[in-house]
Amino acid sequence: MAANTAKDPLRPGKAFASVFAILIGLAWVFPVYWMFSSSLLPNMTLTSSTPTFFPFGGSLANFEAVFAGGTFFTALRNSLVVTLLAVAFCLLFAFCAALAISRYKFKGRTSFVLAILFIQMLPAEGLFIAQYKMMSSMNLLNNVIGLAILYTAAVVPFTVWMLRGFVAGIPADLEEAAMVDGCTRTQAFFKITFPLLAPGLVASGVYAFLQAWNEFTIALVIMSEESVRTLPLWLRTFIQASATRETDWGQVMAASTLVAVPVIVFFLIVQGRLTSGLVAGAVKG
Amino acid sequence: MAKQTAATAPALKPPQVRLSKINRPGRFTPYVLLVPAIVVLLVALAYPVGWQIVTSLQHYGLKQQFGQPPEFVGAENYLSIFSDVQIWAVIIRSILFCLVNAVLTVVIGVLLSLLMNAVTKTARLVLQISLLFAWAMPVVAAMTVWLWLFNWHHGVVNWLLGDSFTGHNWLEDPLSFFMVATIIVVWMSVPFVAFSVYAGLTQVSGEVLEAAQLDGADGFKRFTNIILPMIRPVLMIVFLLQIIWDLRVFTQIQMLQDAGADYTSTNLLGTFIYRTGVGAGDFGMAAAMSVFVLILTMALSAPYVRSLIKEEG
Repeated sequence: MAANTAKDPLRPGKAFASVFAILIGLAWVFPVYWMFSSSLLPNMTLTSSTPTFFPFGGSLANFEAVFAGGTFFTALRNSLVVTLLAVAFCLLFAFCAALAISRYKFKGRTSFVLAILFIQMLPAEGLFIAQYKMMSSMNLLNNVIGLAILYTAAVVPFTVWMLRGFVAGIPADLEEAAMVDGCTRTQAFFKITFPLLAPGLVASGVYAFLQAWNEFTIALVIMSEESVRTLPLWLRTFIQASATRETDWGQVMAASTLVAVPVIVFFLIVQGRLTSGLVAGAVKG
Repeated sequence: MAKQTAATAPALKPPQVRLSKINRPGRFTPYVLLVPAIVVLLVALAYPVGWQIVTSLQHYGLKQQFGQPPEFVGAENYLSIFSDVQIWAVIIRSILFCLVNAVLTVVIGVLLSLLMNAVTKTARLVLQISLLFAWAMPVVAAMTVWLWLFNWHHGVVNWLLGDSFTGHNWLEDPLSFFMVATIIVVWMSVPFVAFSVYAGLTQVSGEVLEAAQLDGADGFKRFTNIILPMIRPVLMIVFLLQIIWDLRVFTQIQMLQDAGADYTSTNLLGTFIYRTGVGAGDFGMAAAMSVFVLILTMALSAPYVRSLIKEEG
């Protein structure tokens, strides 16, 4: 199909479709643009009767106000601790498991693979009640470590599945060749396979990061105290406040921008791998 | 692959000792490697599932919170789920919402992927980058922006719709509440579908399409007879995933409710369980509802897992 489109000069039909596609693209990205734009404008401008579509003369005053509030940095610290712990645990555990299922044949291998595929589909919404009771009985409510453990368990299954593909993609022959040349099994692994796996580990790590950073449901249930709120919960408080009193939407948009920017950057890096990981089988045909 | 090497290797005459070491690693190594993952899954997921099943068979309300032992009541919680009109309303609302959203997402996603395929390189790039941004937005940040867009005093949506919508509150009426929720969920979900289906479309052979065109097949016929059968596997998977994901939609509903909507008429399964359990302290009922959601999801997931396994070969 690509050949077909490349051959033709610009036909009217194609030109029309292209303009249409650009318009749809602009409409689709508008909410994201609106977040950035509003974050730069003072509340006075935002609440005037006609919207201001371009943030000319905007300033970073909203961001300064958010920083000055102080609660942002507490939430940022909580989010960073929970996310980094979850990513570290998750990579370590998932890497070991991926190694086991792609490099060894053993009894129970198929059952394990099946189990993680099913577990990966378990919805947080069907589990949080029990997790809440469990955390409360273990005195881990409002505890960043407790939340990090739940996040690790939530992300490990897909990460195992993702890493398994990367490990399987590196031929075991390479390791064996190194062993023939005199490396021990461990040396062969760390000198040959591990460096080749780096992209896979990065992709899986970023995936785990995005999941933990964005997670809302479990955090809402487990972390009720203000001092342990993660960024998504912190952002929610602005919305709750908006139900009862006049909101400074410029500040809310600045806050949202602060939460969204790292995610957008990371997401753009790993996007291709995530899509192919989810539907690879079906596309290959 | 390891087996193959083992069969051909001796002919190369390398040191025999090492090779046998390769083929006989520690018998317990794989199990040891699996331990950390299995432990964390058992603690954080398996135990809660077990607790939930047990609790769903008990009266576990506020009294039990204060130390009274729970009373075993068998299937009573499940029976009351299916005899409570309000819960039925939540279940039916959730299923309807899920189906409408999944169908809309897949249809719009397919249309956009066809559009990507039919336009110039620049236009395609603009569309793809826009979709990527929408996809990358964290759900909570996306919710705040949409609430700002639909804000009744100063929102852009009301301004665009003109004078008669000035001060219109979208969250007041359940139907328009769910319309807003649908717009948001579809906006977030379409990029995944569009990119997946577009990846499938690029596999469709241009020659076959050209041949069909020469044989007189118009655009619609080429779509239904050639393109659709080729992308059917992708379509089935993304549709299934959308159904599973839209059934458990929680954050969006919760945050729309936070912004000032009536709970009882807008609860879906997730928010209903949250309010029944964490809110009202009725853990027996909440657990029974959760088990119901888990069973529903597992049943829906089976075909997806099967397709992943099949790809494994």
